[in-house]
Amino acid sequence: MPTFVRTEKCDGCKGQDKTACMYICPHDLMKLDMDGSLTGHAMKSFNQEPDQCWECYSCIKICPQQAIEARPYADIVPLGASVQPLRGTDSIMWTIKFRNGTMKRFKFPIRTTPEGSIDPYGGKPEADISKITDPGFFVQVNGYRTGEPSELIRK
Amino acid sequence: MAGEFGNPEVIEEEVDILIIGGGMGACGAAYEIGPWLDAAKKEGVDIKVKLVDKAAMDRSGAVAQGLSAINTYIGTEQDPADYARMVSNDLMGITRDDLAYDLGRHVDESVHLFEEWGLPIWKTDENGERHDGSRGLTPLKDGGKPVRSGKWQIMINGESYKWIVAEAAKKALGVDNIQERIFIVKLVNDKNDKNRVAGAVGFSVREHELYVYKFKACLLVAGGCVNIFRPRSVGEGQGRAWYPVWNAGSTYAMAAEAGAELTLMENRFVPTRFKDGYGPVGAWFLLFKSQATNAFGETYMTRNKEMLDDYPPYGQAAVPASCLRNHLMLKEMREGRGPIWMDTVTALANLRETLSPREVKHLEAEAWEDFLDMCIGQCGIWAGENIEPEKKNSELMPTEPYLLGSHSGCCGIWVSGPEDVGAPTEETEAGVPEHLPSGWNWGYRGMTTVTGLFTAADGVGASGHKFSSGSHAEGRMCAKSMVKFVMDNQDWKPELDTSAEDLIAEIYKPVRNFMEFKDYSTAIDVNPNYITPRMLQFRLQKIMDEYVAGVATYYTTNEHMLDLAEQKLEMLKEDAQKMRAKDLHELLRAWENYHRILTAEAHMKHIQFRQESRYPGFYYRADKNFVDEENWHVFVNSIYDKENKSWTCFKRAHVDLVDKSKLFK
Repeated sequence: MPTFVRTEKCDGCKGQDKTACMYICPHDLMKLDMDGSLTGHAMKSFNQEPDQCWECYSCIKICPQQAIEARPYADIVPLGASVQPLRGTDSIMWTIKFRNGTMKRFKFPIRTTPEGSIDPYGGKPEADISKITDPGFFVQVNGYRTGEPSELIRK
Repeated sequence: MAGEFGNPEVIEEEVDILIIGGGMGACGAAYEIGPWLDAAKKEGVDIKVKLVDKAAMDRSGAVAQGLSAINTYIGTEQDPADYARMVSNDLMGITRDDLAYDLGRHVDESVHLFEEWGLPIWKTDENGERHDGSRGLTPLKDGGKPVRSGKWQIMINGESYKWIVAEAAKKALGVDNIQERIFIVKLVNDKNDKNRVAGAVGFSVREHELYVYKFKACLLVAGGCVNIFRPRSVGEGQGRAWYPVWNAGSTYAMAAEAGAELTLMENRFVPTRFKDGYGPVGAWFLLFKSQATNAFGETYMTRNKEMLDDYPPYGQAAVPASCLRNHLMLKEMREGRGPIWMDTVTALANLRETLSPREVKHLEAEAWEDFLDMCIGQCGIWAGENIEPEKKNSELMPTEPYLLGSHSGCCGIWVSGPEDVGAPTEETEAGVPEHLPSGWNWGYRGMTTVTGLFTAADGVGASGHKFSSGSHAEGRMCAKSMVKFVMDNQDWKPELDTSAEDLIAEIYKPVRNFMEFKDYSTAIDVNPNYITPRMLQFRLQKIMDEYVAGVATYYTTNEHMLDLAEQKLEMLKEDAQKMRAKDLHELLRAWENYHRILTAEAHMKHIQFRQESRYPGFYYRADKNFVDEENWHVFVNSIYDKENKSWTCFKRAHVDLVDKSKLFK
């Protein structure tokens, strides 16, 4: 399902030299056509290698203009369907349109804390250098599973 | 001076530790390392760390799209030894118990942090009803009950899984110590010790900049390998790989060139997934209790049950090895009883009988979320083909082969394990090259056989089934041992065995090839002086598919086909020197494909060396179509000589550290 950019919605992230979709694409697919020489649409982005698209939807989810959609792979899928998300800060909403017109909508939580609120070492102990070669991490959060010693048959 | 295409700026930088990659393993290392750096500083050792990622950490690595489950959570009810046993049996008896056991005792620590950071984890309430992770039920660390979709798996609302884990990693390491869109393509050995790593080179895929790093230690965590075999879809759909298409074997190829010992590179994973979209089947089998059948509604796992007895003991465990489940399915396909169906209609009807209407509605959402969290393309196929799972069954299909070390595969790099679990300290198989370690640990957990080179996650071989959580935990283990390594080597200065000038000439060669010859023909893609990375990849995929047991031959090869593959791959490797790059994006693809070729070559050489078919259902050596426990219950390991570009394969003895017979009682 390669992504495509809606000409009328993309604003090239307002003339910056990198767009949000370029920033996020894990496979370096999104490209800003600065002067229109590549697509005929200056200052708009496009998917430069659609057959390498993993359909991870990262660009679709991040686009501030909701200008990016996905068209299911033309060599596999009958035409007419779409799957479109709207990602908020704590949940994501999906709209699925079937080829036969059936619609489904789902909303799922995506995180339980405000975005940007993680305090990685807040309330955590310092590392004890004398334990650097021991098993375990600098902090224990009730997850270390000390096994039954007799299970280790060569020890 | 800012660089331009054809005349890049060269930036040289020295750090103590370089983390190459930005996925779960790298994020684990980036998080864990902070307090150990502070502790080292108190001891008078100031350690500089840098992380470079070829993409953006918020959405890089195999978890970029999200996940609907955490596949490795041990919980309080199981022992790390149970986990090591499961890993072993699923991978046909040949895994490193020390590594799996170590992972098993550490992994839940990372899962508990994910929940603290904001990852919603499904819970079961006191009435046995399941709730999504936003309900604020008791956290796992305080005894909250997860929703188990299998013995080891727990369900999550994981759309933002990577985003959350990356936020913690970025804050922990500090954004000043992170550089995104830098693709490292080559490690550099030390001038005075060829079995030591001293640096790495790469380039920016955004600016015209080449980078030469020097360091004391490096964590190479650049994922597994996708797209070395011709995929089932060869048009637009070729991007719809099961594992992420950007995993290009960089971990294995760069480590091999630096001299690291690889292990079980013959292992591969051929997942059976929903056809074409490669949507996950785990929740359907385990949570929704669905059956897979042939065209006539017969359950092939029952119909072909006696085939499991051909492979004792691996077929006789409560859950037979993954490859054997494929083996039973492939019989149906080969004998013309396809298509293979996932019977979603019956499964959901059965569940409906015991659920309230509210729970049924939730169930439908769960089925869709399973795809929407991690494989959205499968929803596109269902929507395009008007498939509602309660009304219409879906086809299953085994995919093209994948190479990886963290999911249900175990190829990768041979690393130093823990010292307190009874691992062997001596090697009993003859033929291991002398400079390599003899036991299973050599001082620093997660270090490869190359001094200073560490790996985790998909990089570590012989210990599959780590998945996302285990990869994070393994990265954390490496953080500790790298800090220790640097403290022990504070006075050592890295010196590169190759001049910066030569390294730059090498990594920029595809651009030079393009600049020199581009005007020879009028169409830039057809030119006898160079090959596009895209065509080179097609050539690789054709060779691997047709000769090295791809889908074209129902995963079958033999020694004669492998001989041909060997010759063809050698010429392909030579021609890789003629790849062109017309821009930075194509330079990225050129080097990814170089890494793919080396990884593919390792895979082929290992299959050639192992005189049996260890993984029936994943691949068959038609000339050695049996499992030979007497002679081949061993690791097949290899090293690569970068000077004469040749591989040496050898055996290492397999030893059980936990009692496997418990699986069959």
